[in-house]
Amino acid sequence: MTDLQIVLNEWPRLASGFGNTVLLFGTSAVGAFLLGALMVGPLRSQNKVIRVALHSFVDGMRMLPFLIFVYLLYYGLPTFGVKLDAWTAGLLGLIIYHCAYVAEILRGAWDQLPAGQTESAQAHGYHGHRLMRRIILPQLFLNSAPVFGNQLIYILKDTSFLMIITVQDLTYAASSLQSMYFVPLEPFLIAMSLYWVISLSIEGLVRAVQRTAKVRGLGRA
Amino acid sequence: MPEQIPVLVVDGISKSFDGLEVVSNVSLKIHSGETISILGPSGSGKSTLLRCINWLEKPDRGDVYLANQRVGRKEDGQLMSDAELASIRVQMGMVFQNFNLWPHFTVLQNVIECPVHVLGLSKDDAVFRAEQLLEKVGLKVKRDAYPYSLSGGQKQRVAIARALAMSPTVLLFDEPTSALDPELVGEVLAVMRDLAAEGMTMVVVTHEMSFARDVCEEVVFMDEGQVVERSKPERFFSNPQTDRAKRFLARYE
Repeated sequence: MTDLQIVLNEWPRLASGFGNTVLLFGTSAVGAFLLGALMVGPLRSQNKVIRVALHSFVDGMRMLPFLIFVYLLYYGLPTFGVKLDAWTAGLLGLIIYHCAYVAEILRGAWDQLPAGQTESAQAHGYHGHRLMRRIILPQLFLNSAPVFGNQLIYILKDTSFLMIITVQDLTYAASSLQSMYFVPLEPFLIAMSLYWVISLSIEGLVRAVQRTAKVRGLGRA
Repeated sequence: MPEQIPVLVVDGISKSFDGLEVVSNVSLKIHSGETISILGPSGSGKSTLLRCINWLEKPDRGDVYLANQRVGRKEDGQLMSDAELASIRVQMGMVFQNFNLWPHFTVLQNVIECPVHVLGLSKDDAVFRAEQLLEKVGLKVKRDAYPYSLSGGQKQRVAIARALAMSPTVLLFDEPTSALDPELVGEVLAVMRDLAAEGMTMVVVTHEMSFARDVCEEVVFMDEGQVVERSKPERFFSNPQTDRAKRFLARYE
């Protein structure tokens, strides 16, 4: 039996790992985007306390290696009596860490948005969440599709760190096959291809958003 | 004739930016169905005055009343919440120099957006009304186009339809033709003339002297943040009372 056959016979492990990776990626991407979108208004708040607190959070996350953040959540928090299971710690870690980047991308995109967009919305009776949801955020997303695509790729790659806190993702599956059968190459090549498939889907999504933006004269930053 | 109650009252508005007073103690009264134009050189404070009327700029002093409601402040002088201010702003349409259409929406979506999502009209009713308004500004065929694909004149006509869709009490125009190529100015002014003829109440900040002369009931001439002269257009253009207005008009001869 060749090494490749050994690995292929164990396909259910890889499939389950792949499924978990897709689930982790999808959930945390949606969570990070929603949370980041909620944060961008307060990031530009008139209230200095709110603004400084959120900027500190965003900068703090961006300076912290993701793995250390996950270690802190999973191994550090029990010191304070907070015990999270591996999945919860992993998902929370991905969402909290990446929402900081999303918020920062949106803040930058908002700085580029003409002030007239907000003003015409206000003149038509918009304020608060409705102004954000209907007028501001759609334009920010359409204007920044490639940057968001990059961020999605980072989220995807960061899911693979979670095997270290025993989350059974695709990297975990490949790694366990390697140590069970002592086949050092094939499991990782297969895992690589599967990550590549997800990345290509992200790329497709970004292209679709860019096309949507282009017919509206947006996204030409 | 009994004294009519003005629909829009501007009472002693002042506004400074970085210590420079750009609007100084300006008061105006506009009656229902009137069209007034605010003229003046660049930097005279006319746009800022207009933006103070719907509180896009918060006036430092003075008050604005729309149909007897105080704008921006409650009766006790406290600032209105964003929601309260928004509910007064929808009674004042505003048309901007740079159109400020929402680029992610089609023409039709721009016009129905506020009626559906702010005023709470059903989508069917809003679409029905929007199509009438687009017909009025001559752009029904463009209903499914994106603003990006329109000319400046077309964009501004959509912006007028969008403002009219709120059924506002007053329409404010902030230099509506200043960003347009000269050959596109006429189509926008034609729409505004029709509105004036139909009895829409309008406050128009403009450099279009012919519009001010032919369409408006009153001309307000501003310089250095103050109202220098206000009179009937025929009098203002044929026999201005102040040197400042004479010099201003001389440049348009």
